[in-house]
Amino acid sequence: MFPGVFEWVWDIGHLVFMGIFWLVITVLISGLVVAISRSISAANRELLEYDDTQSEP
Amino acid sequence: MDTTSGTGRLNHCSPRRFYLQLLPVFVLLTWGIYAMIRVWALGLNQTHMNNVYGFALWIWADLAIIALGGGAFFTGLLRYILGKKELTAIINFAVLVGVICYGSAMLILALDVGQPLRFWFIYWHANVHSMLTEVAFCLTVYFVILNIEFLPVLLENPKLRRIPFLKHLGHNTHAIMGLFAGIGVFLSFFHQGSLGGMTGVLYGRPFAYREGVLIWPWTFFLYTWSAAAAGPCFTLLTMKLTELVSGRKLVPDRVVDLLARIAGWMILSYTVAKTIDTVYWAGTTTVAAGFSWTRFYSENALFHGYWILVLEIIVCGLVPGLILVSEKGRIKKGLLFLSVVLVVVGICINRWTLVMQTVAMPVLPFEKWSLYLPSWQEVATTLIPLCSGIILVALSYRYLVLFPEENQLN
Amino acid sequence: MSKQTMMKKREQEKRRKFGMLIDLDRCTGCGSCMVACMSENNIPFRKDETDKLTSINWIRVFKLSNHKPFPETEICFLPMPCMHCQGKETGHTPCVSVCPVTATDYDSSTGIVSQIYSRCFGCRYCMVACPYHSRSFNWSDAVWPEGMEKMLNPQVSPRMRGVVEKCSFCYHRYQEARDKAHFEGRRNIAEEAYQTACTESCPAGAITFGDLNNPGHRIHQMVQPDLENGGRPKQKNVFRLLERLGTNPAVYYSSTRTWVRNMGDNRLLQENRQHTAAGSNLQDRRA
Repeated sequence: MFPGVFEWVWDIGHLVFMGIFWLVITVLISGLVVAISRSISAANRELLEYDDTQSEP
Repeated sequence: MDTTSGTGRLNHCSPRRFYLQLLPVFVLLTWGIYAMIRVWALGLNQTHMNNVYGFALWIWADLAIIALGGGAFFTGLLRYILGKKELTAIINFAVLVGVICYGSAMLILALDVGQPLRFWFIYWHANVHSMLTEVAFCLTVYFVILNIEFLPVLLENPKLRRIPFLKHLGHNTHAIMGLFAGIGVFLSFFHQGSLGGMTGVLYGRPFAYREGVLIWPWTFFLYTWSAAAAGPCFTLLTMKLTELVSGRKLVPDRVVDLLARIAGWMILSYTVAKTIDTVYWAGTTTVAAGFSWTRFYSENALFHGYWILVLEIIVCGLVPGLILVSEKGRIKKGLLFLSVVLVVVGICINRWTLVMQTVAMPVLPFEKWSLYLPSWQEVATTLIPLCSGIILVALSYRYLVLFPEENQLN
Repeated sequence: MSKQTMMKKREQEKRRKFGMLIDLDRCTGCGSCMVACMSENNIPFRKDETDKLTSINWIRVFKLSNHKPFPETEICFLPMPCMHCQGKETGHTPCVSVCPVTATDYDSSTGIVSQIYSRCFGCRYCMVACPYHSRSFNWSDAVWPEGMEKMLNPQVSPRMRGVVEKCSFCYHRYQEARDKAHFEGRRNIAEEAYQTACTESCPAGAITFGDLNNPGHRIHQMVQPDLENGGRPKQKNVFRLLERLGTNPAVYYSSTRTWVRNMGDNRLLQENRQHTAAGSNLQDRRA
């Protein structure tokens, strides 16, 4: 699964298979990170706006 | 008594009645869970598998379930990549069906292997040249993606929407759904194909072995193709059953028509490809191994006769394909749904022949056929996906917005 | 001897290909090979062994018949261990190529297909891939009758439930012979130093075991494998099971009887007619 671990050999099979696998995982995690970070920012923004409206006389 | 679940939609029954109606399903599920515990505690001697039938009911169920769950990736491709916006009416449901199918497949796999606690070996000690390794990797990642795709539907629940982070998470995940759908399509192409490749590479089994291109036997492409055809059909079938139980129209006719038409062209083109593959296999591949293709269907004619070939390719392939591609055929709703059922049955038969008939057929001239009948433990555990599927669809329909156009239609 | 010649000699010595030749005209079907194998390799058994399809047998004896009516009826017994297939290209053994966790491997230095019990997670894909049904699965945990655990072979690990097992050509005996040779300062393993349990137990001497690559070993002389043609036997009356599938097995069979040799592979009807009509290379010397 990882270079240098057990059955890993630097052949075309491993490079293609694991290369594509880790690329997919990277893209997937990146997408999730973007979605989660945007959500946290938006939620914080909403909370700040709510605090502002509450503190207005 | 009419109540609302807070989704802004009228439900038809009280929670008490809802759960009472599901009681038979829960009972069946309990039987399945009891069988599951027995298998994990006592071992695979609880099944009727043996050294000839190393793959049996569970592996067939796995392959069939995954093929039928292909509606998630194919509908996702049509909606998010090819931009068929009308499919918004059914995509949530298709994704839910996918989650249920793939989750069930993984559960059945956990039951089927002799040492389930060693499941991580397939990742850590991966043999990249094995089709099963490819299946495991893709299935795992795709199951995660399906859950991500279902997340916005789950987070639409009014009680969860009250939490700002979850509300925005649902929205932001949905905004980049095309990315997840695209990865899902990519992974599905490979794992659906690899399931076909699993039997296609077996050069020691002339019944299953196929030539192909590079490392992929023709069954690789045929399996993806058939999953793309059968998946939407299964989605339509389960949607229709949900309509019948709920007594409400859930999806507009134009959406059903669109999906049925596309599935029709997929199954028709698949049938042509499958026929070409079968003719080549019968005329060339099996001959090289010293087998006449007629031997596979005449030696054990009752269980593995020519009728299987006719049923799979003509009755459950060509006939429904012709009906679904014709407008006259699709207009008659009864005929449309009969065709959809035939496609689903046909794909299940295809998976059956390539798993069960492959292992049943002796290769050595002096070995005998043996009969396999599943044990009650195998049957009970195979019902777990059906029962959990019904429960999950029922709960999702009641507490989530599975069908966005439901209100307009009723 | 020059350094280059010495290195080449060592390379050749490393690439052994252990194989077996079973003379079907000598086999009496006594089953000693099955019993010896079970004893040597700690093969478990259940209280009720009537269901042969769930029994574990690393070598099985089949009874073949020519299906002709009396007085032309003939039978033949055929012992079948694991074929230790080399496959179409080296390492493309049918079972090895499909294992998802590399629990089975083709060893180029011995020609033996190994099975690693602690790696196997019991998916049984290898069992489906094998056309000879050489592999058995541990459907239950092994339970040894009280006192019998003292008779277990300490050189062979017993297997747990949920893993696949198969004939290993008594690999532990190879390891023992190799270690002995090392301590005695020899590189070569003598032919008689490494013999499988089934070979030693056969009272009829039907089984010959040795290095197919070593011209000095009896099996090489009796089989004359054509290494450039997938190991096909050049010797007359010697055949392999399912030759045309291309599995390249290391187990050979010999028989002077044509019908027995015909049972080794599948043929189309028209091929059967041609085969019978030709008959020129096939001598049927009946006793």
